[in-house]
Amino acid sequence: MNESTRDQALKAALLQRSELWKAAAERAHRLARGHAADVSDAAQLADDYRLLARDLARVRRLMPDTRARAFLEAAYAQAHATLHRGAWHPGYALLTLFRDEIPAVVTWLRPHIIWATTIFVLTVLAGYWMVHTYPDLIGLFASPDLIATVERGQLWTEGILNVVPSSVLSLQILTNNVVVSLFAYCAGFLFGLGTLYILGLNGLMLGAVFAFTSLHGLGDDLFRFIVAHGCVELSVMCLSGAAGAAVGEALIRPTHTNRRESFRIAALRSGKLLIACVVLLTGSGVIEGYVSPNPRFPLWARIFIGAVYWLFMIALLRGWLFRRSRQGTLHPLPPALDTPGTAERLVLRQHGSFE
Amino acid sequence: MNIPTPDLVVDSVTGVDVVLPIAGPGARSYAFLIDWFIRAILFVAWYVVAALIYNRRWSLTAPFNPNAWWFVFVVTPAAAIYFLYHAVLEIAMHGRTPGKRIAGIHIITRDGGSPSVGALLTRNVFRLVDTLPLFYGVGLVATMLTRDHVRVGDMAAGTLLAYDQPAVTLASLGGKLDASTAEILSELLQRWPALDVRVRRELALGVLSRYRSEALPPATTGLDAATPAQADASLRTQLERLAQDGAP
Repeated sequence: MNESTRDQALKAALLQRSELWKAAAERAHRLARGHAADVSDAAQLADDYRLLARDLARVRRLMPDTRARAFLEAAYAQAHATLHRGAWHPGYALLTLFRDEIPAVVTWLRPHIIWATTIFVLTVLAGYWMVHTYPDLIGLFASPDLIATVERGQLWTEGILNVVPSSVLSLQILTNNVVVSLFAYCAGFLFGLGTLYILGLNGLMLGAVFAFTSLHGLGDDLFRFIVAHGCVELSVMCLSGAAGAAVGEALIRPTHTNRRESFRIAALRSGKLLIACVVLLTGSGVIEGYVSPNPRFPLWARIFIGAVYWLFMIALLRGWLFRRSRQGTLHPLPPALDTPGTAERLVLRQHGSFE
Repeated sequence: MNIPTPDLVVDSVTGVDVVLPIAGPGARSYAFLIDWFIRAILFVAWYVVAALIYNRRWSLTAPFNPNAWWFVFVVTPAAAIYFLYHAVLEIAMHGRTPGKRIAGIHIITRDGGSPSVGALLTRNVFRLVDTLPLFYGVGLVATMLTRDHVRVGDMAAGTLLAYDQPAVTLASLGGKLDASTAEILSELLQRWPALDVRVRRELALGVLSRYRSEALPPATTGLDAATPAQADASLRTQLERLAQDGAP
């Protein structure tokens, strides 16, 4: 049998399997939509995948420009995508995120958080010093309306609830804060410089406005307004800045095969922290809309709310709010057990089946 | 000019690579424009209906002193439709949106699988960068300059856009045709212009005769046609009908 005849026979044999291909393609499509008849139906996809791969390899060689190849390429790609899709259970994914992943990200980002906080505090102090020393510089940081209001001896926050309802105020504030927070993270793409700019600008503005209000005897009032929501809001600013700094550092000093891979890993990893930031900013927005502008709340109540919410933030970021699962985690062995076979013998003895 | 699209070649445990054609800036822009129109229409529709209900008269203008309901019922949902359209639909539709579906593209990971929710959220958060300075300037330039035609958000999420595989089903080659005849028919139609007229006529009659139990009448063979060219065209038409309907 010459080669051409053999190829013809192979082609005919391959095409006789078209019903199997159709069944495999149909199953891959069905399972991709999450409709499995039973466990064996789902498990059959692994066999289908091998079948399609084997036949596709032959069809690519024997019938490169045919519709059979186009069909098999599509079916194989679909089977590949279906087979490699991870199971997703929303409740469990959220629990894992807040219980395990976010605390791990916070631990990983600890140096970045320290640096971002240091930069933020330094810029607050710099802004305060600048405006305290040269009051005219407030024009760089605040709007003319705000300056005029403070010069009249009033805070711009006074009577704000008469103009805007609390719910609307909360929504506006939290939207603005979330956008700033996301920008601080994304701006890390500019080798961290964008994040540095956002952190620095916000720090300078805060310090400058505090200095300006203090010069007009309104510093205490501003503190009274900020303390309830500001503890968490400013901390979240530093957290999102830290996430952006990690993205920038991945581009400056890649830790993986190339910059793009480092960037991808840092962005996906640090991005998880942004979910916690959005949750915390929602709470901050509610406090800023309902508590901070409301004159009926005394200072001690505001400090209490600010402190409790800040502790809540720490608990959320450390994973203390959810019971930690120890299943599947590896703990270092005590030195006495750190010899081959010792730990295994101990476990067997505890179960009464050793010696 | 037919510009070949780059392929994403994914290693597989079977040893046979998965080949996925990558969508370029054109397909991406087409999908984006469709999505933009859809979300703009939804945004306007919600605003109009909600504003009419809120105002209780034929007026779309915001009230002089709006209360919380104006924002909660009219403004926020409309804004949410516009700004969360991509993020929500990409998660709900497993890496697709209506625009991407119409353009025949979908989001995949670099291993050819479906992207995770985290990856989809990340690529949408980075739209803040991709939209700079105007009209997706950064994103458009990035898709033109990068080998895999990805924007910054895709780089961050490790995703890219691939064309949907063509909807070829072996059954669509003709319900009554077996796969072997369907392949011969497809190849014959593909090579029709290159074949000698006499040869292709013989081949066509051979294929057509398999699907007729009775002797072929002259009209079927095209022998009564006025010219050889008409006979040739008649045979091709019958072959195409056979390919589409399963009967000549």
